[in-house]
Amino acid sequence: MNFLLDPVNAIANWLRTLFLGWGVPPDVASFLLSLLGAGILATGAMLWVIFLIWYERKLLGRIQDRFGPNRLGPWGVFQPIADMLKIFTKEYITPQGADKFLYNLAPVLSVASVLMMWVVVPFAVTIYGVDLNVGILYIVAVGALGELAIIMAGLSSNNKYAMLGAFRVVAQLISYEVPMVISLLVPVMLARTMSMNGLVIAQDAWYLFTAPLAALIFMITQVAEVGRAPFDLVEAESEIVAGYNIEYSGLKFGMFYVAEFLHAFTVSLIFATVFLGGWRGPSAEQMPILGFLYYAVKVAIVYFIFILLRGSLPRFRIDQMMDLNWKLLTPLSIAVLAVSAVVDKLLQSIPVFWNHLALFAANVVILWISMTILNRRFRREQTRVAGLEARPARAVQEHISA
Amino acid sequence: MTLLQLFFLFVSAVILGSAVMVVSTRKMLHAAFWLILALFGVAVIFVLLQASFFAVVQVVIYIGAIAILILFAVMLTRRVMADVGPQVIRAWWLAGIAAALLCAVLVWLLSSWNGFTASLPPLPQRGDPIAELGQALVSPNAFALPFEVASVLLLAALVGAIYIAWERKGK
Repeated sequence: MNFLLDPVNAIANWLRTLFLGWGVPPDVASFLLSLLGAGILATGAMLWVIFLIWYERKLLGRIQDRFGPNRLGPWGVFQPIADMLKIFTKEYITPQGADKFLYNLAPVLSVASVLMMWVVVPFAVTIYGVDLNVGILYIVAVGALGELAIIMAGLSSNNKYAMLGAFRVVAQLISYEVPMVISLLVPVMLARTMSMNGLVIAQDAWYLFTAPLAALIFMITQVAEVGRAPFDLVEAESEIVAGYNIEYSGLKFGMFYVAEFLHAFTVSLIFATVFLGGWRGPSAEQMPILGFLYYAVKVAIVYFIFILLRGSLPRFRIDQMMDLNWKLLTPLSIAVLAVSAVVDKLLQSIPVFWNHLALFAANVVILWISMTILNRRFRREQTRVAGLEARPARAVQEHISA
Repeated sequence: MTLLQLFFLFVSAVILGSAVMVVSTRKMLHAAFWLILALFGVAVIFVLLQASFFAVVQVVIYIGAIAILILFAVMLTRRVMADVGPQVIRAWWLAGIAAALLCAVLVWLLSSWNGFTASLPPLPQRGDPIAELGQALVSPNAFALPFEVASVLLLAALVGAIYIAWERKGK
């Protein structure tokens, strides 16, 4: 029965007694178990990508009114496996003048940075890699390594387009890190812990309800961090061909591809943990496997929304992307942080339900104020453009050049 | 010698080696990446000291922000940064003597220190160290004043950056 309720720990305990029975010292046994766990987690994550690629292609196909992969196996599920085998056989090409070591290190670091995030993700109450007391900050830090990998690829390829892609990465990812970190501070502040499992345990009400704006900002910034539509300026085909990974071929390109898909999924994992209560649900603490099930459903919903965003929004222009970050998301996230801190601290003594309701109301008020400001700016811009259209073309030219 | 000490020696060797490479490599880009390796090694040292917060902050700030800024500067000046001139100045032996003297003094000072043979004292368990750090940073009895002064310094840097980058209209 214990095995059915908590299979991972049951297997781990069985293996530990097995190792100890062989006369392995307890320290070494723990080390071996950690090694095994890390290996299984990383391999499982990489294999999971095969399914993710199929799912995303199928769903994008449906959004765009086509079939998506549909030849190999039922509903085309084996298509990514065939693609994977094909990419294994492709030739590696290293461009002339490339920085060999950095050029080859970049794809490895890119995948590793995403896999490292899985270490702190709590899949159920007892199933997680480690419960770091700085879990959230660890995720931010490891994300920085992913940025480094992309810059490395862009710099070492000896290619103008790759270089431009790297420039855009620096501009986009560094900028969007600011509102991302601030929006993550709101749940950390409400939970009074940075550990991922602690965040889940603290969520008697999902932070989606007590910090909805932080959740929204986090979601937008995460789409930007993954670098997908509408934020795919990093690899805009019509502008810089393919961006940082233009010179990569075969499995090296495949690793960037895997890293991108896995990052998109990992982001859903983090969102579901921080804002949707992770594994929490009815009787999830007694039955970890049930918690895993709740978590899987939540992650699936978040991932679905991410794909919908990708399939339905057109690409931003680079100035729009920057404006959105620095003129809207950053000030908004700071406002949310300040207001949530004050409201939470002032209303600490009243019943929890009213505290949560007050936080929600505060978020609604902030949203209303920012919408009013945005609306006013939009109106002003509209009258300005209308005025420009009414004037003769020469005057417009002068206005634009002025 | 325990496994931990061996690991510490290995990490220290990596840090020192990459630090030497930072100043001796000819390509600016490589120097930047060696610097990243050295900074990452320092983060590993923090992990060995069980200071998880500092390890993560080291990666976030030094690798995620400062190193990427350096890389950005290198990217913008790609051609200029390939140095072809001599790598040592004429009076290199003077610097060498000064460094050797400093090293000798340090060795002499450390030889009378008995910390080498002392065993690692266990950390006092007083709850969450991060919470304590946070409270110390804002408590008036501890580091509230230095913390605020540091924020003012950062604000001044921010204002300075905006002043330099500001395009005055009508000029």
